[in-house]
Amino acid sequence: MTTTSPGAARATRGGSGKPLLSIRDFKVEYRTGSGTTVQAVRGVDLDLYPGESLALVGESGCGKTTFGLGLLRLLPRLGHASGQVTFNRGDGTEIDVLGLDGRDLRQFRWRDAAMVFQGAMNAFNPVLKIRGHMHDTMRAHTKATKQEIEERAAELLRLVRLEPERVMDSYPHELSGGMRQRVLIAMSLLLEPEVLILDEPTTALDILTQRSVVDVLHEVRERLGFSMIFISHDLSLAAELADRVATMYAGRIIETGGVRDMFYKPRHPYTLGLIKAVPPIVGDLPDLESIPGGPPSLANLPKGCAFHPRCKFATDECQEVDPPLIPITDEPGDAHDVACIHSDEVHLERRTAS
Amino acid sequence: MTAVSESPAVQGEGGKPLMTLDGVSQVFDTKAGPIRAVDQANLSINPGEVLCLVGESGSGKTTAARMAAGLTRPSGGQVTYDGQDIWSLKKNDFKDFRRSVQYVHQDPYASLNPTRTIQQTLTAPLLKHGVVKGKQAAAERAYELLTKVDLTPPENYLSKYPHQLSGGQRQRVAVARALTLDPKIIIADESTSMLDVSIRISVLAMLGRLRDDLGVGFLFITHDLAIAKYFGWRGRTAVMYLGRIVEFGPTPRIINAPTHPYTRALIDAIPEPDPDLTRTKNAESLRSLEIPSLAHLPSGCAFHPRCGQFEEGLCDGKVPQLVQIRPGQSAACHVVARDGADEPAA
Ligand SMILES: Nc1ncnc2c1ncn2[C@@H]1O[C@H](COP(=O)(O)OP(=O)(O)OP(=O)(O)O)[C@@H](O)[C@H]1O
Ligand SMILES: Nc1ncnc2c1ncn2[C@@H]1O[C@H](COP(=O)(O)OP(=O)(O)OP(=O)(O)O)[C@@H](O)[C@H]1O
Ligand SMILES: [Mg+2]
Ligand SMILES: [Mg+2]
Repeated sequence: MTTTSPGAARATRGGSGKPLLSIRDFKVEYRTGSGTTVQAVRGVDLDLYPGESLALVGESGCGKTTFGLGLLRLLPRLGHASGQVTFNRGDGTEIDVLGLDGRDLRQFRWRDAAMVFQGAMNAFNPVLKIRGHMHDTMRAHTKATKQEIEERAAELLRLVRLEPERVMDSYPHELSGGMRQRVLIAMSLLLEPEVLILDEPTTALDILTQRSVVDVLHEVRERLGFSMIFISHDLSLAAELADRVATMYAGRIIETGGVRDMFYKPRHPYTLGLIKAVPPIVGDLPDLESIPGGPPSLANLPKGCAFHPRCKFATDECQEVDPPLIPITDEPGDAHDVACIHSDEVHLERRTAS
Repeated sequence: MTAVSESPAVQGEGGKPLMTLDGVSQVFDTKAGPIRAVDQANLSINPGEVLCLVGESGSGKTTAARMAAGLTRPSGGQVTYDGQDIWSLKKNDFKDFRRSVQYVHQDPYASLNPTRTIQQTLTAPLLKHGVVKGKQAAAERAYELLTKVDLTPPENYLSKYPHQLSGGQRQRVAVARALTLDPKIIIADESTSMLDVSIRISVLAMLGRLRDDLGVGFLFITHDLAIAKYFGWRGRTAVMYLGRIVEFGPTPRIINAPTHPYTRALIDAIPEPDPDLTRTKNAESLRSLEIPSLAHLPSGCAFHPRCGQFEEGLCDGKVPQLVQIRPGQSAACHVVARDGADEPAA
């Protein structure tokens, strides 16, 4: 392996074979006024491997949605993405995602990678039935006949446990939140993308509905074998669905590792803090702890490590240097990277579930 | 087993409840016909007690809470405070009641006046109700209240407007405002559900201190049973489904030994922040995911079309009443009432 940068060396260690999506020094800026910008994603290195499920977690405003939108080139006009995003298609072609435009870009979205947006209702045209949404999506990207579209849509709707006969003829508002979310998942899979990005796929859904969406995701992924990045502030959902977890704070990934490592042996104080704040349902009354304060304003980031003002491990040094994300294990296929100079001191005492 | 539809099941052990809901119902007229958003609910809150009300969206939690706060009048049944029917109180006594029972909304954006500074928001009710005399005293009290809700140092917040605060800070201000009138009960309706995990826990910890230090009682409403468990562990929990209370008992029993199939399904469905644990959980299986409409309630037990324990003839016949299954714990389920409930494996 030729090492070009510490970032590249680290990010390629996980998984096996070639990554499907390879992200280097990825940044997103928003223009906020005349001449002023804020950086919402501040240099992310990340690889997504075929078939892998990666959870992106972190508090509100840390840049999760921006990251997802940036990857798929779906940013609003005032947003600008830079860095290197390479998509390795199954057929061996390499695609420079940030360089795509026109037809190639449309082709990339939906066929290579698709996104299910935060807030299921806004993603629909309210005056168009689900059938119309399915046909529009397919016709924009394929030469499929009406009959083929009907069959494909029905197949996917059944896969997400909906009755095509009933759902195809419904308007979005006639469906419950959970049904709409499942329709969106079905729609995003119409063109068999290799990567699916889901932004808060279950937030705002009732718990039983949330459970059904989670079960559906488990099932369709097993059947169709796509890779998935799902964005969530709900750590329990990450524990449930992810192979690998990446924690984001103030626009950077500050820890990433296998799901068991991340939950049983988190090494960044922020990941530790997030885990300690989640109330478990099993067992006796837990001792929970909150992280003091809130995330910093992007326009006014603290010097050094952006987390230091909230961190109980922080020392003077943390106010000076913003630590890079570096590997803490050498075992191949077991990558666990942390951006903290005190990671040796961070230990989670697991509450024993009774 | 004793039928307890008359309300004793929902009373705390010992002591006189401060507030009771006795068989309260709320009927709304809708295009689809009249719906019973809350149907004959019995609840009580003792001084300083936490009563959690949990259930999915549309189960009637807010409707019940608004009746408890005296914001809406029940279509049937009675709400009592200090032993008196609140709707037969004299005007001044009703005002006192409204001061004693404060409602904190889910969305502090909507409930705080955007044109008032935090200081104005807090001093206005103090002055209006004559809780303190003079602006100076009101300002001092506002300062004190901000300390109580952990917005310190208060001088950093007093002159700010709601839009200059984070969601968690706004929710703290809403709580501080509720405290201006020295309430005996705070009705917290999904007060933390819009907050990030970590901030949510710190707001809950702050509310917990009010409960412990000031002896404020809570009607604590949430759709998240893990949050009910955390905040209401020493209190009791009522589970609502389509307007009815389907299970009720001490919170640890509801969480660790639920008996109603609906409660069991809710608890099983919650993911755990532990990959091994959450992936090996066995979920109570449901027959359907669709929540029936209140305008067309299924016959008998409203949960029967979804319930894995459904028995034809039994469950779709009569509406099940809440009956005691174990000491202090009751459920409205024909199957559980007949067969009893197994103790969960330790
Ligand atoms: N169009 C925009 N213009 C300027 N700033 C923006 C814009 N969209 C987002 N931001 C800022 O970028 C940061 C990251 O926002 P983003 O929505 O990506 O966060 P998030 O992690 O998805 O949060 P949430 O959990 O609340 O969805 C925030 O500080 C936000 O205010
Ligand atoms: N003013 C009203 N007029 C007509 N129907 C109403 C009214 N208020 C509430 N409802 C209906 O009563 C039922 C119960 O609503 P309620 O708001 O009490 O539920 P909830 O348990 O608080 O739900 P959520 O978790 O979504 O807040 C719902 O079906 C709702 O649509
Ligand atoms: Mg987001
Ligand atoms: Mg409500």
